[in-house]
This record gives sequence, C-alpha cells and structure tokens, in this order.
Amino acid sequence: MRRLRTLPVFLAAIALSGCGLGTAPILNPKGPIALAERDLLFTAFYLMLIVVIPVFVLAAVFVWRYRASGGKGQYKPDWSYSAGIDALIWLVPALIVAALGYLLWTTTHKLDPYKAITGTQNPIEVQVVAQDWKWLFIYPEYGIATVNELAFPQERPLSLRITSDTVMNSFMIPALGGQIYAMAGMTSRLHLIADEPGQFTGRNTMFSGDGFADQHFQAYSMSNSDFDSWVQKVRQSETALDQSAYATLAEPSVAHGVEYYSSYESDLFETILAKYAARPAHSSTMTDQ
Amino acid sequence: MLGKLTIDALPFYSWVAMAGAGVTVFGGLIVVALITYLGAWRYLWTEWLTSVDHKKIGIMYIVLALVMLIRGFIDAIMMRAQQAFALNSDGYLPPEHFEQIFTSHGTIMVFFMAMPFLTGLFNIVAPQQIGARDVAFPFMNSISLWLTAAGAGLVLVSLVVGKFSTAGWTGYPPYSGIEFNPGVGVDYWLWALLVSGVGSTMTGINFVVTILKKRAPGMTLMRMPMFSWTTLVVSILIAFAFPALTVVAIQLGLDRYLGFHFFTNGDGGNMMNFANLLWIWGHPEVYILILPAFGVYSEVVATFSGKRLFGYDSLVYATGCIGILSFTVWLHHFFTMGSSANVNAFFGIATMIIAVPTGVKVFDWLFTMFRGRIVFHPSMYWTIGFIVTFVIGGVSGVLLALPPADYLMHNSTFLVAHFHNMLIPGALFGYLAGMNYWFPKAFGFKLDETWGIRAFWFWIIGFYLAFMPLYVLGFMGMVRRMEHYNVAEWQPYLMVAAVGAVFVLIGIACIAMQLYVSVRDRAQAVDATGDPWNGRTLEWATSSPPAPYNFAVIPQVEDIDAFADMKRRGVVGVHPDRYEDITMPKSTGAGVMLGAGGFVLGFAMIWHIWWLAALSLVGAVAILIYRASNDDDEFTIPATEVEAIENKRQFSTLKLPTDLPQPGTDPAAEQPMPGNI
Repeated sequence: MRRLRTLPVFLAAIALSGCGLGTAPILNPKGPIALAERDLLFTAFYLMLIVVIPVFVLAAVFVWRYRASGGKGQYKPDWSYSAGIDALIWLVPALIVAALGYLLWTTTHKLDPYKAITGTQNPIEVQVVAQDWKWLFIYPEYGIATVNELAFPQERPLSLRITSDTVMNSFMIPALGGQIYAMAGMTSRLHLIADEPGQFTGRNTMFSGDGFADQHFQAYSMSNSDFDSWVQKVRQSETALDQSAYATLAEPSVAHGVEYYSSYESDLFETILAKYAARPAHSSTMTDQ
Repeated sequence: MLGKLTIDALPFYSWVAMAGAGVTVFGGLIVVALITYLGAWRYLWTEWLTSVDHKKIGIMYIVLALVMLIRGFIDAIMMRAQQAFALNSDGYLPPEHFEQIFTSHGTIMVFFMAMPFLTGLFNIVAPQQIGARDVAFPFMNSISLWLTAAGAGLVLVSLVVGKFSTAGWTGYPPYSGIEFNPGVGVDYWLWALLVSGVGSTMTGINFVVTILKKRAPGMTLMRMPMFSWTTLVVSILIAFAFPALTVVAIQLGLDRYLGFHFFTNGDGGNMMNFANLLWIWGHPEVYILILPAFGVYSEVVATFSGKRLFGYDSLVYATGCIGILSFTVWLHHFFTMGSSANVNAFFGIATMIIAVPTGVKVFDWLFTMFRGRIVFHPSMYWTIGFIVTFVIGGVSGVLLALPPADYLMHNSTFLVAHFHNMLIPGALFGYLAGMNYWFPKAFGFKLDETWGIRAFWFWIIGFYLAFMPLYVLGFMGMVRRMEHYNVAEWQPYLMVAAVGAVFVLIGIACIAMQLYVSVRDRAQAVDATGDPWNGRTLEWATSSPPAPYNFAVIPQVEDIDAFADMKRRGVVGVHPDRYEDITMPKSTGAGVMLGAGGFVLGFAMIWHIWWLAALSLVGAVAILIYRASNDDDEFTIPATEVEAIENKRQFSTLKLPTDLPQPGTDPAAEQPMPGNI
C-alpha cells in the first residue's frame, strides 16, 4: 500500500519534472498533515478507478461494436432491462462509496484542523490576523510579532489561532496542510507541523479585494537554535506594535513587505476579536440574561 | 432626481471597459437598426414578444441563452488571456476590472446562460412530451421569460452605466457588504438575481403543475419520458431552492440599503449565515443545471441507438434520489469554515452518496447503447463526449467531498477545474445536444450536421486543454481569482489553458456557422413528417413546427415510449371522425411590460432613484391587476380550421426497424412497472 501511494509521485517526478510538478507543494508535502491529506486523495482516486475504467472501456467498445454503419454487435431494440446489470451498477458504486465513507469518517476525525497534534515537543502557539492584504503573526510565548513572515521550529507542532480584521480570508500553507477560514470576531484553529527545515509559501486563498493576488507570505521551519536566533533578531527590531502602529498597519496595503515587531500591545489578538463582538462580552454568555 | 447616477458612471476610465461598453451599445443598435430596416417591429411584437405559446417562449429563452453564452465566454477568454501573461506583471487588466470579469462570467453563465437554456428546452419539449397543449399557466410563463430577460439586461447595462460587482458570482459578505463595497456593482448583481430569481421560481411552479396536471390520458408518472421526469424533479428543486436565494439576496440588500446587520462584521452580523443560505440554494442549483441535460442525454441515447432506454425505472429513481440528496450536501462548499469533524464527515458522506445514482445513470446510458444501432448524429457526439468527460469531473468531485482533501484543494484552481468539468460536459453539452436534437421540432428543418460535429470537436478539445492544466495548477498551489502571480512554474499551464479557450472560441464560431448554414440551406433539410429521427416520445407526434395547439387530438398513451408504440400499433396519421374546437390563451403584452417594470425597478434601486423605483413598482402592480381582471384571455380555433391544418400534414412513415412483437404481447410488460402513480 505504501509503495502504491508513492507511485504517482514517482511517475509525476519522472514525467513532469520539467513542468514544475516536482516541486508542487500538494504532491510533495513537507509535513505529516499534508502528507496524510494527500495520501487520502490518492487512495480515493485508486478506489474510484474501479468504476471509472469500466466506463471508459464500455464506452469505447459499445460505440465501436454497435455503430449503425458496420458494427458487428447484435441489434435488440426492445432489450431494456437486466436485473443482474441493474444490481451490479447500483451495488458496485454503493460498495465503493461505503468504503470511501468509512475512510472519510476516520480521516476527517483524524485530520480535524482543530485537533491538537500530539508529539514529543510542546506546541508553539501563534496568533494569526488576516488584514487587507497581508498576514500578521503574533507570538504570545515570545512577546514578538511579524508581518508576512512565519518562522517556527521544525518537528514542533504549530498551533494557530486565526481571525480576520477585515473580510473573510482563508489561511493556507499548501506544503504543510489544509486551510481554514479567517473571520472577523471569531477564532478558528489550525494545527500544522513540518518534518524538515524549509521555506514554504503560504497565502490567503479566499478572494478579498484588489490586493488579493499579492497576499502571500513565506513560512520557515528551522532548527531550534536557528529559531532562537530568529526570535532574537525580531526582538532587536526598533518597532513596537502599539495601538497607533496597529491602526496604521490595519490600513489596506498591497504587497506589504516583511515587518518585525519587538513587542506588541498586550492582548492585541483579543482586542481585535472584541472589536466585532455584538456586545461587550461573548454573545453566548449573554443569552441567559 | 437621478439618485447616484452621474456622467461619471460612463466607462471613460479605461479603454478595455470603454471597448466593452462600445461593443454592447453597438450590438444593440445593430439589432434595432436591422429590425427597423426589415420592418419587423410589428411582427416581432405580435408573433413573439407578446406570445404566451410555450414553444415560442422556449425559443426566446434559448436565443437569450446563446447571446449570454457569447458574453460570458468573452469574459472567460479575457481572464485566460490575462492569466497567461500576468507572471510578475499586471497584464492588461487592472485588478478591479479583472474582478468584475470573473464575477460577471460566473453570474452570466449560471443565471443568464444555463438557466434560460434549460428553461427554453423545458418550454419547447416538456408540454409536447406529455401530450399537453400548453403549460399550466401560459401568462405566468411569459412573465418568467421577461423577468429573466430583465435580469440579463441589468447585467448587460452594468457594462455601460456604472460597474458590475467585484465580489465573485457567490457575492460572499462582508466583502460584498456596504462597508467594503460601497459602489453600485454589488447592487447590479443583487437586483439581477432578485428580478430573474422571481422569474425562475415561477418557472419551477409552472412546470411542476404542468407535469402533474396536464399529462395525456394513460401517461402515468412511470410512463413519462426521462426528459419530462428531469423537468419535474428540476422544477421541484427550483420551487424549493430559489426562495432561499431570494431571501439571502433580500437580507444582503437590507444590509446594504437600510443598514441592517445580517452579514456585517460585528454588530451581531455573521457571514456564516450567508454561506449557509446561499448554498442551500446553490447546491440544488447545480442539479437544476445538470439534471435537464441528463434528461436530454436519455432521450438522445435511446433515439440514436434505436432502442428502448435501458433501466428506465433505475433512471427515474436515480433522478429522484439526486433531487432529494441535493438538499442535504450544501455544507461541502465550506468544509473549511471550522465545523466539527462530525458535521464535516456527515456532509462529506452525503455528498459521496450522490455519486451512486449518478454512476447508475452513466451505466444506464452505456447499456442503452449496448445491443443498439448507434447513429452518430451531432447530439450523439455531445452525449458520448459527455459520458467520458463527466466521469473525470465525478472523480474530482468525490475527491473534494473528502473533507481532509478539500482542506488542500478548496479555493484552488483544482476546484475551478472540477466545477467546469461538471457544468460544461454535464450541462452545456446536454443543452447543445438538445438544441441539435429538437431544432427541427421547433423550426421545421434540421441543423447542419457537419458544422455540428466540428463544433463538438473544437469544444471538447478546447475543454480538455483549458481545464486539465487547472487541475494540475491546483496541485501546484494556485488559487482561483488571481489577477497576477509570481510563480514561474504556473505560466506554461496557464498558456495551454488560454489555447484551450481559443479552441472553444472556434467551437462557438462553428455553432454560429451551423445556424447560418442550416438557415441558408433550410429548403434541403425540411422535416415534413415531424419525426426526423424516428423518435420514440410524444413530441415527435406533432408536426414540425407544431400547430399552436400541438395535438389536434390528445393521444392515448399505453407505453413508456409512447410514440414508438403508436407507430408500432399503426395509429399514427389516422384522422379522427371529427375534430373539435380548441381553446388557446391569447397573446398579451403584459408579460413584456412586467419585465420592463422589473428592469426599471432594478435599475432605479441600483442608482437610488427612489421616485422611479416607486413608479415602476406601482406600474407593475397596476398591470397585474388590469390583466387579472381581464376575463377575455382565450380564443377558440374552430374545428374546421383545425381540420384544415391537420389535413395538410404529412405523417411519419418511419417504422422502428425491429422484429415487431407478436400481437397480444405488450412491450411494456417486459419491464417491471410499479403501478400507476
């Protein structure tokens, strides 16, 4: 099974290495989440070939054999039912869907983006804010913040809390795994992990206006020591993300460069969330009053 | 006086926009000039615009669809051209213009190309197929047409006066809200949807009633041709799904016009409700577009295989299953919104279950060809092309139904490729097959087959070239709606896709040539019998084009393939002892005027010209009351005139090339018939 799953990657690598597929992030994932999501894609694809290949073969054979001009097939104009065929064409797809359904149920639970990754190392939490048209990353553990650059240690689970300070966005790093929407006033969760050091492109996948095409960022997974020096580098920045700096940053800007902030306004993420709360407190706690 | 409308609304800001406006205005002027030159205004008004004849309404729907197909395709090829060259550059379209184009492309193709096309086919075919003389509500049918045309008109006008929406055809808030989109673009989109949506809802109601109440004697539901079955199921879907769209559009309108907070950021608004309501309409809508094409394929494959449809019962139940299940899967459009794993898994499995009846249908069509005698008419080309191509779209659809796979592919070009793979072979190919198949019924002469087959080849090659690269680009991390990009590896694929669009362009030109050549040579392709393909269902029992009343004598139905059965029994072309007077609805200009009222109301609301909006609303209500209080809305065709028309007819002499069944054996008995429903 393992070999079977890597086969298309192998074929793709040979046949299409000149066409950029060798580096396609979905086909060449850099973390176990993305790998599991991709493998599910392949397994389901193979299962469906059980139905797809007969369709291609039957279409070709029937069209050739029963063509009016010289086809060899026997003509039976009133033949219109066969219980055997009827049973087969309902049951085979149904069985495949049952198998896929089982696979779907288990993998959907296993790969739930809200589910924390259990590993040997404790997760690193990053708060992510979608803005027009850039990404703000806040590191509560380290008291720093960045724009359009997300660094984290390899093999350490990345635990993301995501919201939006503008329209609906969708956060994704294709090489590491699937996406989740970012919506104002709400927190969504995404858990990712990288196997190896590397640089990956992440982006907003949900159209959000004029600067959408440039709303991408670089994500870096690195060794623990490299990460420590990266944190030091950010801490040495002379800019702090105070209230007025945040207000300026939140203004729409296209193709915004990377920014480092050595500190940020306390509870910044919560403040951004609270801007959109219907009432001072969360509405769910208000309903009983 | 004119609300927000000023001279700045004209597109002097960009040469591309000005060219688009110029072509629209110029095209409109040419049509007006041509009608005037031919002195055809009176003819057009009395014979067409005011007609409540379902066949003429159907033809007008399809003319609208073909015009909008060209407009929607121009949008498509402009996007392909932009993306082919916009590597690390801005291309020739600024972001705002590109956004209007992808929004209008989707809006036009779904609401003003596909919807009118399938409604047109319903109109031309369904009443004849069930042996009826008209739809249940002919006047309402005319209103539906003109409200749809009014919506299409609003989209076309947005190219000249003001701008169209930039929010995508789904118009997700909060981006489409007043805070982020204060211009008139989203309002154009909203009013086009609202006005045409009312028309579509009425179409749905009309055809549910028509099919349930107006079938010929003996035509039980389980003897109804497949196209009529899909018409029934789709009409039910329309009647239940479109109200959700109307409600969500009104809610967004209240947000935009009156400061409500249904979907705003903050103040209690929540965009997730929009996503849910939109797709509660939007997913059934997919099947509203596809099932009519399935109906066409069922008719075409049986006729051109010279054989009964395989597994009729299975096809009926599969259609019903798809109709019901289509309301249970809407959440798969936003697996990435953060629902729990249980919810996502439920909707994922529901989605995959739809693949079962759909797969059954594909095999039923294949086994209809089995032991048949296949004639390669253009409509059969479209059908076979569909079967092979649609399966690929089905596979990508099941992949996207797996939530964890969807997390990777959502919003990517893989998704774009998937839904085009469903809607081009799954819907449009079917409509074109239907056009080739039923054209002689509507006009009395056949379409040219050579140009029809050329059109098919350019379309299908163009389809593969345009969309297979988008599947690959999805794996490479490209997302939809990008005005430019900085990944060099994507560009070769986008160039191939652009070449594909050129092939499709040639395919469209071939369809235009086909129409031109067929009209030019119509004398050689006359269908005198009304049954050019040795058809099996009742619409081939009428003359081509049919008399206004379709059937002088309502036929008695005894089999699923009613007309094939009648030919076999030798009861075709037998004149009755005496004809009877036939009462038909009178033409009325009220439908056109209501459409005009809808257009003016929409335009006035878009530009905040409140007095005009009030005036058009009052006018529309007045027309409705006036028309409703007019009891003199029918006329009688006397029996002598019916007899004169019928005596001129030639009847089909074609016989099924079959070993005729022994006298006394009922061909219907070969098949289990689950009673009279």
